[in-house]
Order: sequence, then C-alpha cells, then structure tokens
Amino acid sequence: MIAFLIRRIAQAVLVMLVVGFVAFSMFRFVGDPVSIMVGQEATAADRAAMAERLGIDRPFPVQFARFVGNALNGDFGISYRVGRPVMDLIQERLPATLELALCAAMFALVFGIGAGVYTALHRDGALSHAAMTLSLIGVSLPTFLIGIGLIFLFSVELNWLPSFGRGQVVDVGGWKSGFLTQSGLRSLVLPTITLGLFQMTLIMRLVRSEMLEVLRTDYIKFARARGLHDRAIHYGHALKNTLIPVITLMGIRLGSLVAFAIITETVFQWPGVGFLFVASVQAVDVPMMASYLVLVAAFFVVVNLVVDLAYYRVDPRLRTDHATARS
Amino acid sequence: MAEAPLLSVKDLVVEFPTRRGLVLRAVDGVSFELRQGEVLGLVGESGAGKSITGAAVIGLLEPPGRIAGGEVRLKGERIDQLDRGAMRRVRGGRIGMVFQDPLTSLNPLYTVGQQLVETIQTHLPLSPAQARQRAVDLLVEVGIPAAERRIDSYPHEFSGGMRQRVIIALALAAEPELVIADEPTTALDVSVQAQVIAVLKRLCREKNMAIILITHDMGVIAELAHRVAVMYAGRIVEIGPVRDVVKAPRHPYTRGLMGSIPDPAAEADRLTQIPGAMPRLNAIPSGCAFNPRCASVLDRCRRERPSARVVGSSEVACWLDDEQLRRSDLQAVVAR
Amino acid sequence: MTETSAAPAPVRTRPSLRERIAAAWDSDIAYSFRHSPVTIVAAVIVLLLLFGAIFGPWIAPQNPFDPGSLNLMEGKTAPLTPNMFTGKTFLLGTDDQGRDVFSTILYGSRVSLFVGFAAVAFSMVLGVTLGLIAGYRGGWLDSVIMRTADIQLTFESLLVALMIFGFTRTLIPPGSQNELAVPVLILAIGLAEWPQYARTVRGVTMVERNKEYVQAARVIGLHPAIIMMRHVLPNVLGPVLVIATLGLALAIIAEATLSFLGVGVPPTQPSLGTLIRVGQEYIVSGEWWILLFPAVTLLALALAVNLLGDWLRDVLNPKLR
Ligand SMILES: Nc1ncnc2c1ncn2[C@@H]1O[C@H](COP(=O)(O)OP(=O)(O)OP(=O)(O)O)[C@@H](O)[C@H]1O
Ligand code: SF4
Ligand SMILES: [Mg+2]
Repeated sequence: MIAFLIRRIAQAVLVMLVVGFVAFSMFRFVGDPVSIMVGQEATAADRAAMAERLGIDRPFPVQFARFVGNALNGDFGISYRVGRPVMDLIQERLPATLELALCAAMFALVFGIGAGVYTALHRDGALSHAAMTLSLIGVSLPTFLIGIGLIFLFSVELNWLPSFGRGQVVDVGGWKSGFLTQSGLRSLVLPTITLGLFQMTLIMRLVRSEMLEVLRTDYIKFARARGLHDRAIHYGHALKNTLIPVITLMGIRLGSLVAFAIITETVFQWPGVGFLFVASVQAVDVPMMASYLVLVAAFFVVVNLVVDLAYYRVDPRLRTDHATARS
Repeated sequence: MAEAPLLSVKDLVVEFPTRRGLVLRAVDGVSFELRQGEVLGLVGESGAGKSITGAAVIGLLEPPGRIAGGEVRLKGERIDQLDRGAMRRVRGGRIGMVFQDPLTSLNPLYTVGQQLVETIQTHLPLSPAQARQRAVDLLVEVGIPAAERRIDSYPHEFSGGMRQRVIIALALAAEPELVIADEPTTALDVSVQAQVIAVLKRLCREKNMAIILITHDMGVIAELAHRVAVMYAGRIVEIGPVRDVVKAPRHPYTRGLMGSIPDPAAEADRLTQIPGAMPRLNAIPSGCAFNPRCASVLDRCRRERPSARVVGSSEVACWLDDEQLRRSDLQAVVAR
Repeated sequence: MTETSAAPAPVRTRPSLRERIAAAWDSDIAYSFRHSPVTIVAAVIVLLLLFGAIFGPWIAPQNPFDPGSLNLMEGKTAPLTPNMFTGKTFLLGTDDQGRDVFSTILYGSRVSLFVGFAAVAFSMVLGVTLGLIAGYRGGWLDSVIMRTADIQLTFESLLVALMIFGFTRTLIPPGSQNELAVPVLILAIGLAEWPQYARTVRGVTMVERNKEYVQAARVIGLHPAIIMMRHVLPNVLGPVLVIATLGLALAIIAEATLSFLGVGVPPTQPSLGTLIRVGQEYIVSGEWWILLFPAVTLLALALAVNLLGDWLRDVLNPKLR
C-alpha cells in the first residue's frame, strides 16, 4: 500500500514538474517577463525592481525553482489582457467551472453507467439498438454543436431554459454558487447536458463492452451454474467487476470534462475558467495560459490519484500483502 | 429396474444457428441414463460435444445455442422445458456444476465465504449465521485446512488445488443429487489432481451423489467412473461399464481412442492421437460420422446412420455385426 | 463469432504482404463491405464530400470570399426562395453578406478536410517514427518517448491541441498570425494525436526486433532499421489505418472546435467550424439555414468517417472489438 502510494505520488509530482517546466518556459522565454510581471504601464523603477525580484540574471535552475515556489504560493503573475493578478481572476471564476463540471460528471456517470449496463444486459433489445446508434452519433457530434442544438430547441423554440450565463448566484463565503437559486439551477441544465453528453456516451460504450466481457467470464458462468438470481449475478458479480477497469478510464474521462468545459463555457457564455482561457489564447495572454496549464494539470493529476486509490479500494488483489498471499 | 433413473437424457439435440443461416448440430441424438450415486464418465476428442451436453442438461447453453430436440428428465420429471425461475432452482439446488479452471471460476472480488453464503442462502432457508456455519462445514468437508480462518480469504489467496476444492464446495452447497464436473482436474498440477479426485470420490460415496465426469483423462475415468460414454461428433458411439469400454472396447473409434493409451490405469494420457481429425460441425459426413477415419468402413456406413444396440454389457452404435465387434484383431483406425 | 469458433483457422507461416492484402480483399473486407449498407452509405458520403471539397472552386456557384461576387442585397435569402430584390434563388440560402451558403460549405469543407488530412498525416508519420525508434532502441530513449506518450494520453487531446496552439502562437510575431494559422493548427492537432500510433508500432517493433532476420540483416551489413521497417510496417498497417481513420474524424472535430472557439483558422479562410460560429448568431433571428447546413455537413462528415473507422476496426482487427 505504502509503496504503491509513494510511486503514484512520485509520478504525479513528476508530471507536475514537467508541466511546470513547460509553463515556466512559456513564461520566461516568450515575450518580456518583466513587463508581464509588472504590467504594461509600469515605471522604469518598477521594472528594475521586478527584474531584480525575478532574478533574470540568475542561473536557470534557480529561476525555475523560484517559479515553482511562487506557483506553490499561488503567484502566477499578472494577466496581460486584464492587468490583474492571474490567481485572482481564476479564483473568481473557478466556482462556475467546478459546479458545472460536477453536475456534468454526475450526469455522465449516472446515465452512462445505467445505459451501459442496460444495453449490455439487453443486448438485442430495441432500446439497446437505439441507444447504441445514438451513442455513435453522440461520439461524432462535436460538443459545440450539441450546445447550439440544445439552445435552439429549448431556449429559442420552446423558451424553457436560459441560453447563456449562470443566472442568479449566491455568495457563500467567497464561493459564488448557482445551486441555491432557481434561475441558477435552470441555467445549469443545458450546459450540464452539453458537457456531459459526450462523456456519457463514451462511458456507456465502455461500460457496455466491459460488462459484455465480464458476462462471458467463467466466474459468471459458474455463478449461473450455482443457480444465483439474475439480479445477484448482474448487479452483484458482473457490475462490480465491470467497474474495475472502467474506473481508470473514467478518471481520464472526468478529467477531460475540464477540457471540454472550455467549449461549453464558450457556447453558453458561462463565466468560468475555460471561457477565460479561450480569451487568453486569443489575446496571447501568456501568464494566464501558463497558469491555466498548471491548474488543469493539477486537476488531472489529482483525479488520477483519486482513481488509483479507488481502484485500490475495490480490488482485493491489490490489497494483499504478497508474502502471505498463497497457501 | 423399477425406480426411475436419477437422470435420463433421451435423443438430445443441441443446435447453434449461425448468422449465415446455417444450423450447426453440436449434439445429435444423445441418450443415456444415470442412477443415484453413479459416476458416468464422458470422454471423446476435443469438440466432440461433451461440454455442450453437460451445459444442456443443466440449462446453461449460451444463446444462440438451444435444445432442438429430445428430453432431459430428473427423477422422471422433465427439466429441459422449465421456465427460468424453476430451472434456476434446479441449478445449484439439485444439479451442481464444477468447471475446468479453478483460477477463473471464482469471482475475484468476493471472499470465498461470501460466495458460499450467497449460494447457500439462494437455495436453502438458512439465517446468515447458519449459512456461514454450513459454509465452514463444506470447506472442512472438501479438505480445506483452517477453514474457520480461510473462509474470509479472497480466491487469489488460495492455490489452484485449494481453489478447485472451494469450487467443489460451492457446487455442493445445496446438497445436489447430481454434479456435472467438466474437466475438474485438467487445469491442475498432476500432484494435486489425485487429491481432488480423492475428494470427489469420497463425497460421491458419502452423499450417494451422482456425477457426470467430463474428461480427457482415462486415469481419472478408471479411478472414479462406473460407466463411460464415448462421444464422437456430437453422438455417443459406445457406452458401458468402465472395465468393458476401457479394456475391451468394441466400437472402432473407441478402439482407436483406447489404443492410444497402453495401460489406462497407470499412465494418464490425452486422447488426441487418432490419425485424422474429427469433422467440423458444418461438414459432418452422412451416415456414421466416423466413416472417413474408420478402417472397417462398410458401404452402408456412408449412407445410413447406425443406432445404438446392446453388445455384451455395453451399447454400441456401429454397423459391424456382433461377431466383428468382438474380434480383438479388428482393424479400427486408418493409419495415416 | 459462431463460425470462427467452429472452424479454427489452420496455422500458417507468415504470408507476404501481397498475399495478405489479396486474401483480405477476397474474403473479409470485400464481403463485409458488400454486406454492410451503413458502411456503403458512409463511404458514399465521404466520397461525395471529398469530391465537393476537391473540386469546390469549380462546382461552387460563386466564390464566396471574393468581395466582388457578393451582393449585399442578396443577404439572408432563405433556401430555394427567390431573393426579393434580385429574384435569384439559392439552393441553401445566403448569409448576411449575401454569400451563397452552398458555396461557403464547399470552401469550408475544403479547409476542414485539408487540415484534417494534414494533421493525421503528420501525427501518423511522427507516431510511427517514434514508435519504431522506441521499440527498436529501447532503453532510456524508449522510456522518454513512452512516458511522454503516457502523460499526453492522460490529457484530453483537444486540450493538448489548444495548449500547443496557444503556445506556438506566442512564438509567432503578431503580423503573421493569420497566414500561419493553418500550419499551426495542423501542428497542434497532429502533435496531440501521435501517442496512439507510437504505442501500437512500438509493440510490434519489440516483437520483431528479436527475430532472426533482423540479426541476419545485420550480418549482411544492412542497417537493421531498414529491414525492420520493411517487416514491421506491414504488420502495423491494419491498426495504423484504423487509428488514422478514427483520428481523421477526431482531427476534423478538433479543427471545427478550435475554429468555433475563434482560435483556429482565420475568418478569411473559414472552415466548417467557423461557418457554424458565424451561423450561431442567427438562430435567434430565424435565419436557421446559415447555421444548419454547415452543421449538418460537419456532422455527416464526422459520423461517416467514424462509421468507416469502426467498420475497418471490426474487419481488420477483430481482437479489438
Ligand atoms: N457458441 C457456439 N457456436 C457454434 N458452435 C459451438 C459453440 N459452442 C460450441 N460449439 C461447437 O460445439 C462443439 C462441441 O463443443 P464442446 O465444447 O461440447 O466440446 P468438448 O467435447 O467439450 O471439447 P473439449 O474437450 O475441447 O472441451 C464444438 O465443435 C464446438 O465448436
Ligand atoms: S464400421 Fe461403419 S458404422 Fe462402424 S464405426 Fe466404422 S464407419 Fe462407423
Ligand atoms: Mg469441453
């Protein structure tokens, strides 16, 4: 257990260092880091002070170390485009993205696993065929088209749900939440579906194929031979085994929610981090891009760590101490 | 014989419709009976239809496979047409099953105890505590040391032989009258095979339980079985008491099969050394399915299918007359 | 499934490439193609779109990006409805500038398909090469390449493309941003997709590396890498083709997405994604055709390519199913 954890954490740190290095390279070698840090309308004295502070003349590793140190303290410099500290901007917008991603993840997981199990168990049912065909379309359907389609149907034609923004938000200790108002919740519906649908179809296909695989295994045959109830076989034996390989991939899928949030947020003008990021790519806002990179990497790494731990929880084979394994 | 046999299979036909419209017959008119406490060995080359026969009896054919004809009776009562629920109660309740591979037959995510208790409670009205006690007893019965402690171990914490014992315990969970054991020892180390056989033999005697023993291993047959049925291309070609079939085989195919083993009791050998190969299911010759490989083939063999008839204490499906079948110098198999 | 289990294929020695192609063509591929109407439809759609994209400038009723050919009065004309001023009819209507939507789609899919194919070609060459190197050399080089691939695979490739795109743009002087946008886009999407190829090729290479003929080749003085390429490439042809086809759909979607986000191709050279971005503004005001037709084209293209890829995967590599 300990060795496993240490290896995973070491890997995570390595990934973060690599990503940090890329971010740092952008930061350091693209454009003029001094003006990036002090902003556009700084005095010569400010600039000199900043050059001193950044230690531009120091050896490269020292600079990198300092960059990592600053990043750990949440100091990513000042946005080119807006002229405010990057970290402030991100903090303001993080709740919007996280709430959206959370809803989409729940949506994708619940419906993806449900539909996957259903289509695996009723392989030749009409509903399963329909779901599989739809899922193929779903995989080929770019996220932004889903969003536009939903807006057209539910906002423009039916006028049921808002087409942009978060609605009314409530400030809970610095966290602006859309969960507490009706308009906030209504605003979440379409973006959640847009963001979750693609992941849902992937999870569904994955769960389906894994489950079919598991249903073919000897231990399921043996469970049938023992006369167990279908319910016990499907939801006890098969589902649990299905979820083991699925968990890993689900980690990746959920991580990519953050990536796709960029698109969803653009379509729905959702005031989240992704929206901010697109604006910064358009404006070549280096500090913003660099810190977004680090932030997203951190998110991916954390998700993957959590997934590893979950894996560990579910599969007893990983838990055993090998010294006493066989008798 | 007054009492109804424990199991009676009559003219069983199993078919697999294929996507291109062809129908493959994996089992074609198989009949046999089994008395209480009797062990019937089922032998034959790979693909002869042994496992499919077993699966058909216990109602475990995988779609699109289906029973297309014949009947299966358990104590006189038909079980091949039961609805899902009733068949499920028969499986594990009245007929147990043991599969070949102990490494893959157990769910890796549940402890041995959980799987035993689940099976016991599915078939018997016991409380969790009683079921657990019964699980421990079963483990003791199949010879697992320190069963009290080992019951909470996961399958991967057991060795192959121990796992096969666990599987036997699972098959016995509800005291079935019949156990179908599909190559129960094939995947085990030779040293462990004997132990597992001994366990089966003891249980069979103590519980008066019948076994259908599917195997390639004539050593196992000689050790355990009372009667043997020899299958070829989905049909039983010879069935009779072990001693007769093994020591004095009648049917040309059986002769070839036994001829490949010098001394069945001593050395367990695999049954795959007859020249030529069994036909594929989509190309089974008309008449006697064995005719392309048979050295004594008659004209009639190519046209008409022989049905089983009594020869001595066995039944044999062959066109040769009794006289020829009894001759010890009968040329059985075409040498290639 | 059923047929194969009843009839195990006889073991054969390794056939030559031509034999393999011939055999595959005779049996599985051709048969399966003829018997899969969906695949045939998908192939026809792809061919039609390819044809339209290649010959677009000659088919299109107008060049929508030549300001001289546009008439503002003809703006927002509905499909198949005569324009109220000039009386001209447009098959798929016109946008606000009076551009014929059919023509913009032809020009747009040209850009989309070009970027898609180029990105796939780039990632394929890169991935296959790196896979060969990793599998052949092994050691630290292998570790570095495959670690990188692993890390990259953990991230969504669209995000990687977006990052690379943003990163590359910081290196380009603002003046050339627009003209370099397409190559940068190809680079970004291509770089995001290479690990798939590398993994497959590396696996096969590692198997081949230890075979005798590689040692033998070394004795004759031939560079083993050349011999290996001759032996490895045919073995990975199938999987690589599958990855490339599915990758083409991904690349087309990625390009459309980036262009939709406004960070892809410049507005002077619109792709299907750009057209959708523009059309989106008109759904509220009722000019649905400006959005709908490019969107349907994109969807049909992505879906058809995906269907072809799925079919190829089933035919060429039943193990992956
Ligand atoms: N799902 C299926 N579809 C078509 N044919 C099948 C299917 N399952 C089994 N068969 C065929 O049925 C025949 C009998 O198979 P079976 O598994 O009973 O053989 P067996 O005698 O148990 O062989 P072995 O000794 O290898 O276990 C084989 O020819 C096999 O190819
Ligand atoms: S003699 Fe005829 S019937 Fe008997 S086994 Fe040979 S071929 Fe079959
Ligand atoms: Mg078998």
